[in-house]
Amino acid sequence: MNQYTLSKVLNVLVKISAFITMAILGWIVAYIIINGIPNMTLDQFAWTYTTDNVSMMPAIVNTVTTAFIALIIALPLGVACAIYLVEYAKKGSKFVSFVRLTTETLSGIPSIIFGLFGNLMFVIIFKGYTLLFGAITLSIMILPLIIRTTEEALLAVPDAYREGSFGLGAGKTRTIFKIVLPCAVPGILSGVILSIGRIVGESAALIYTAGTIPQIAGLMDSGRTLSVHMYALLSEGLYIDQAYSTALVLLVLVIIINTLSGSVAKKLGGNHE
Amino acid sequence: MTALTKKKTQKKINKEVIMKWVFAIAASTSILCVFLICGFLFYNGFTAMAKIGVFDFIAGTRWKPSNELFGILPMIVGSISVTLIAAIIGIPIGILCAIYLVYFCSDRVGKILKPVIDLLAGIPSIVYGFFGLVCIVPIMQDLTGTSGKGILTAGILLGMMILPTIINVSESSLRAVEKSYYEGALALGATHERSVFFVSVPAAKSGILAGVILGIGRAVGETMAVNYVAGNQAVMPTSILSGVRTLTTNIVLEMGYATDLHREALIATAVVLFIFILIINAAFSYVKRRMK
Repeated sequence: MNQYTLSKVLNVLVKISAFITMAILGWIVAYIIINGIPNMTLDQFAWTYTTDNVSMMPAIVNTVTTAFIALIIALPLGVACAIYLVEYAKKGSKFVSFVRLTTETLSGIPSIIFGLFGNLMFVIIFKGYTLLFGAITLSIMILPLIIRTTEEALLAVPDAYREGSFGLGAGKTRTIFKIVLPCAVPGILSGVILSIGRIVGESAALIYTAGTIPQIAGLMDSGRTLSVHMYALLSEGLYIDQAYSTALVLLVLVIIINTLSGSVAKKLGGNHE
Repeated sequence: MTALTKKKTQKKINKEVIMKWVFAIAASTSILCVFLICGFLFYNGFTAMAKIGVFDFIAGTRWKPSNELFGILPMIVGSISVTLIAAIIGIPIGILCAIYLVYFCSDRVGKILKPVIDLLAGIPSIVYGFFGLVCIVPIMQDLTGTSGKGILTAGILLGMMILPTIINVSESSLRAVEKSYYEGALALGATHERSVFFVSVPAAKSGILAGVILGIGRAVGETMAVNYVAGNQAVMPTSILSGVRTLTTNIVLEMGYATDLHREALIATAVVLFIFILIINAAFSYVKRRMK
């Protein structure tokens, strides 16, 4: 094969691959929208769940609660960890490389293992599924994501800002909280949004920690989130129509979350150029 | 210095030291979490393995909890075969798509393709599973005349799911390749494609390999999507079309009602899965370190 035919073949191959990627998304999105909209009914958003209306409203409320608790736990820890890694740690210290190694390990662990761990640890101690355990399990899951995004945001803050602050006599803590962190907020925010996306989509880690009961749950009650709602609908096997509409709601949520994080990230890029 | 200002400085220094420790403790959270997870899983899992017998557990071909038979070889074979199909589908498309994104597409197309890839990454796995169940499984039924659920179907679905991981990691490593390599090749008379494929891509090969490993890790650990399209029979697969159960789905299917030794056997299944993931993670960090 001479150079020019080879080039043509390669050219066509990369274009086909890009086309396939777009086609896959188009296929999934179109399929869910086309089948989801006709199955969308108003009583699926009723405040309480019955076997007649199969409402997803309790699941939506639980998703919001879970995301909120998980973030309350993971955000301060993750941000503080990133601050240590960027602002305090000496380069090449053993402790830092160990933290990085474990963070990488955490981000690679499949969600079902987190679910099993949460189940072993909390449910056995306290007997029974609760939303709080689910949220704590998820907070461990999103920790690496928050650490990574915060780290990147902190690294993007120019050193001149820190030096200026030190020059004016501020201490390290004051510099971090008054100068560095405010500059890094957009980056941290985009990490938070991505974490919310993961929480919304998570099911395997929640089934055996938060349980699958369709009610608006308090902290110590069992309750299903939206993805778990979908899992429950599919395993009962009677509610395929409702599963279509739930899939549509999930898809719309993911699109909103992705757009938000994209625009926040863009704002971040604009700030430092 | 007066005594008062001295005291103030002292207080300030104390505060700095305390804050440093607060941050350091927060930084050790992830270490603590990994230790806790390892501890809980390994302790419970290895106890179960000892009870069942390590060899009977890992190399046993029959999983019949009601008869106290706990052999997970079918699930190990299931996980590996499904991942293999996913890799065969996902890796070439993913790498080629990343190459397209970096070297071939116009800015306008890139602005569409990037969000498409992000959205593919963001779709929850349960939605993928549902899509596979209601859309891909019927197609496979028509094509093959089987139940439609099996290694091939699960592999295809997973191949789609690992695309964004492979594309994103490969893309960033391709972008990091020095432009002068490509320009040098062009100046020597190579075509655009030849310069890209024979000069730029080889220069990014560690990064691309890291992306591939990460994608494989995702495929091995995926649970909810596989749950609906793999068939879930806990028997040795005989062909690419036969139904299988993976390590992950074994846990999620039976954890709800398992008790005693059965429950412990499921935890031991998770340990085997965890070891797979640790090996993959180690390979990933090794490749990443070598990249630097």
